[in-house]
Amino acid sequence: MIHRISSIARHTFKQSVRDKVLYNLIVFAFLLIAASILFGKISVDIQRIILVNLGLTAIAIFGLLIAIFIGISLVWREIDRRTLYNILSKPVARWEFVLGKYLGLLLTLLVNTAIMAAGFYLALFYQDRRFQAQDVASLEAIYFILLELALMVGVALFFSCISSLTLSAVFTFCVFIIGNLLADIRWFGSETHSALVSAITTFLYYLLPNFSLFNVIGSAAHGAPVAGYLLVSRSLYALLYAAILVSASILIFEERELQ
Amino acid sequence: MTLPMLAVETNDLTKDYAIGFWRKRPRRALDHLNLQVEMDETFGLLGPNGAGKSTTLKLLFRLIFPTSGSARILGHELGDLAAHARLGFLPENPSFYDHLSAREFLEYAAQLFGIDSTTTRRRTTELLERVKLADTGDLPIRKFSKGMVQRLGIAQALINDPELIFLDEPMSGLDPIGRHEMRDLILELRKQGKTIFFSTHILSDAEMLCDRVGILNRGKLLGSGELRQILRMEVSAIEMVVESPSATALEKLASCAQSLTRTGGRVRLEFGSEYDTNRLLELALSCGVRIVSLNPVKSSLEDYFMAQVGAATEQRAPEKDRVQTR
Amino acid sequence: MRLEDALSRPRQLPRGLLWAALVIALMAQAALRWTTGSMQTGSAAATTPLYISSGKLLRDLSLGYDGLLADIYWTRTVQYFGRERLSGHPRFDQLGPLLRITTTLDPHLIIAYRFGAIFLAEKPPGGAGRPAEALQLLRRGIVANPQYWRLWQDLGFIYYWDLHDYRAAARVFRAGSERPGAEIWMKTLAAAVAAKGGELRTSQVLWAQIYRATEDETVRKSALAHLEALEAAQELQELDKALAFYEKQTGHPASSFKDLVAAGLLRRMPRDPSGTPYMVAPDGKASLGPGSTIDLRLVH
Repeated sequence: MIHRISSIARHTFKQSVRDKVLYNLIVFAFLLIAASILFGKISVDIQRIILVNLGLTAIAIFGLLIAIFIGISLVWREIDRRTLYNILSKPVARWEFVLGKYLGLLLTLLVNTAIMAAGFYLALFYQDRRFQAQDVASLEAIYFILLELALMVGVALFFSCISSLTLSAVFTFCVFIIGNLLADIRWFGSETHSALVSAITTFLYYLLPNFSLFNVIGSAAHGAPVAGYLLVSRSLYALLYAAILVSASILIFEERELQ
Repeated sequence: MTLPMLAVETNDLTKDYAIGFWRKRPRRALDHLNLQVEMDETFGLLGPNGAGKSTTLKLLFRLIFPTSGSARILGHELGDLAAHARLGFLPENPSFYDHLSAREFLEYAAQLFGIDSTTTRRRTTELLERVKLADTGDLPIRKFSKGMVQRLGIAQALINDPELIFLDEPMSGLDPIGRHEMRDLILELRKQGKTIFFSTHILSDAEMLCDRVGILNRGKLLGSGELRQILRMEVSAIEMVVESPSATALEKLASCAQSLTRTGGRVRLEFGSEYDTNRLLELALSCGVRIVSLNPVKSSLEDYFMAQVGAATEQRAPEKDRVQTR
Repeated sequence: MRLEDALSRPRQLPRGLLWAALVIALMAQAALRWTTGSMQTGSAAATTPLYISSGKLLRDLSLGYDGLLADIYWTRTVQYFGRERLSGHPRFDQLGPLLRITTTLDPHLIIAYRFGAIFLAEKPPGGAGRPAEALQLLRRGIVANPQYWRLWQDLGFIYYWDLHDYRAAARVFRAGSERPGAEIWMKTLAAAVAAKGGELRTSQVLWAQIYRATEDETVRKSALAHLEALEAAQELQELDKALAFYEKQTGHPASSFKDLVAAGLLRRMPRDPSGTPYMVAPDGKASLGPGSTIDLRLVH
């Protein structure tokens, strides 16, 4: 069981690594980090803040792009190209396949984020020729980005199991945007003074993944560390929700006919 | 005494596909299929395109799920994945990951079977050798021709040294040489004592390779059995080809023949089964013609197939007319 | 060995169990959200940091969708404002930056300038009490939307109400009245403010103008509250005069307005605009009755 899941995960990692899209995105992210050094040069006094803001945002955005674009094609491509027939005719259970795929992309994102984070810290060091104590906050922000990516891959995987590539992309983007504006949507709902709308928005508020919980880049830019209980509770939340997404994907994929 | 285990056994296996976008209607792809494939035999599932051959194989591998009915492979229920360790499967028009080389894919496949790395390395090399991909085994698969992909498909189906091998249209997409090689490979596997279940729409392949065949048309099994039984090996006619015969000789021969066709200087004559080869030989020699060939014509699988499929099609034809005239 | 066997054997998952786990996990995450959510409102919400605090940068990053982003930020601003106001100890630290981002993203979002200025200028706890920032915001609005004369009106109000700079207010009203399309009363307003700045009557004229001109319910209510407070303030001034007159005449202070009615100084018991009777405070001055909804703080 474990060896099969890890084989599939390693294979998925290899597949992503050999995907040229990945390199384009990483190069672009590095360019952005480099650009933030330049931005910082232009503005006075807040170079470091701009660097942290832009650098971490670049890591988050490019991580998300990879999570979405590779995530939605994870299962879909295997079905579409019929490569899946060769895998599922071997003693591989479908849930092992889905879980392996998920972990594989997560591994890709972990490595990818680690590389970008290294670049980011290099830029930080370049700025003042030394690190500061508050740079730890950026590390926490990167950890939160990883949590967010774990959820995002789950969302992409989920849609990848139920619909076509384009629709998956649309749905995944929608969930991401809604998941960032959940608080606003709930507020809208309560403002309408309609019990029904308010109930629906409250329901969505508690049902959909709340991505805004993982946005701590702003406070990281000011070197403010994340409170300990938030680290724990949000890790727990991400773990729980990722488990939900993966098991939902599995339940759907188990029933899916591969014609 | 326990009954000998069947390699494949299906009981009223039925599959409906829903077609149509808004209002889904079922279309029966497989209709109460009852098949028994014994151990150590080579079984050919024969039928025209769209007869339900691939559907059967996909059902057996749980890629799709039956509407009703059940099946057992090597004594295991379909959901039991443990049986898969003893199976090999070559899907129809297989497709592999572009970014891998053939060797890498075989290694990946071996990992999924939990084969240890020493064995994996040995078998990978062996199999690449065997399907003639030894030189190209490290190229990315996207550079492969269709025939190479098909051969890789065979190799990956054999990576676990399976007892029972399923091949879905193994000859499709292959050039004549490739087909010949594939045929040899299947015969070799057969010699090794493997049970082989393959589907094809090419009669001659089935004729050459199979112990038994099942004939499938429009989702229904029209018949199954040993080839000898099906064909009964009856001589239905004798065919004679002669080279530029004289007019008198031709007249004499034609008076006995059922049919006559000219191609260039050659004339092909067909005689009824009341003549035997010796008599015809005498007749020809007495006329002084040069004989190019003299063959007893056996009823072929093709004839059987056409008879079965044709009958089934004719039965439906009036129905179709009715619909059209309305 | 047996365990290893069992582990390596591929198995289908028991579907029912997975469904049950899924439902439980969904509820658990909602519960987690609910508990951490309530933890959050205590401290974190007030200091929720702005992702990127430069509106210009955001506009560049929004890839052309700055209009939509502006709307989102405006919604955020309103929401932030509402949440702060309800939190009991509002700080409004981010109101200025949020408004600046919103109006940078969409410089023509008039509503953001107008309401934003009110939010910013109003005294706590109703608003941020930062009239200087409100002036800045409105000036930026006027630069971006020179044809829109109502921004001048709003600017004038802030000078008048919050800064009590009547000369500046008059100047602004006059400048605004010269904008194309400006309504004629802007001139009257300018004259009134110039002549009698600081008088309750002038304030009343200003608020009556707002009350008539607005289409927004919140602003209308606010204007009405101001008007009522102004009326009450003027009535209180009159009542104080009456109380003083009574004391001078009878030689002792009135204990309640009943005395004044009895003495024929008042025709009936006086009530404030909300309908609550006025009372005489222990210090002998007229004051609002208990339970009155009038907020005299609105008058200065």
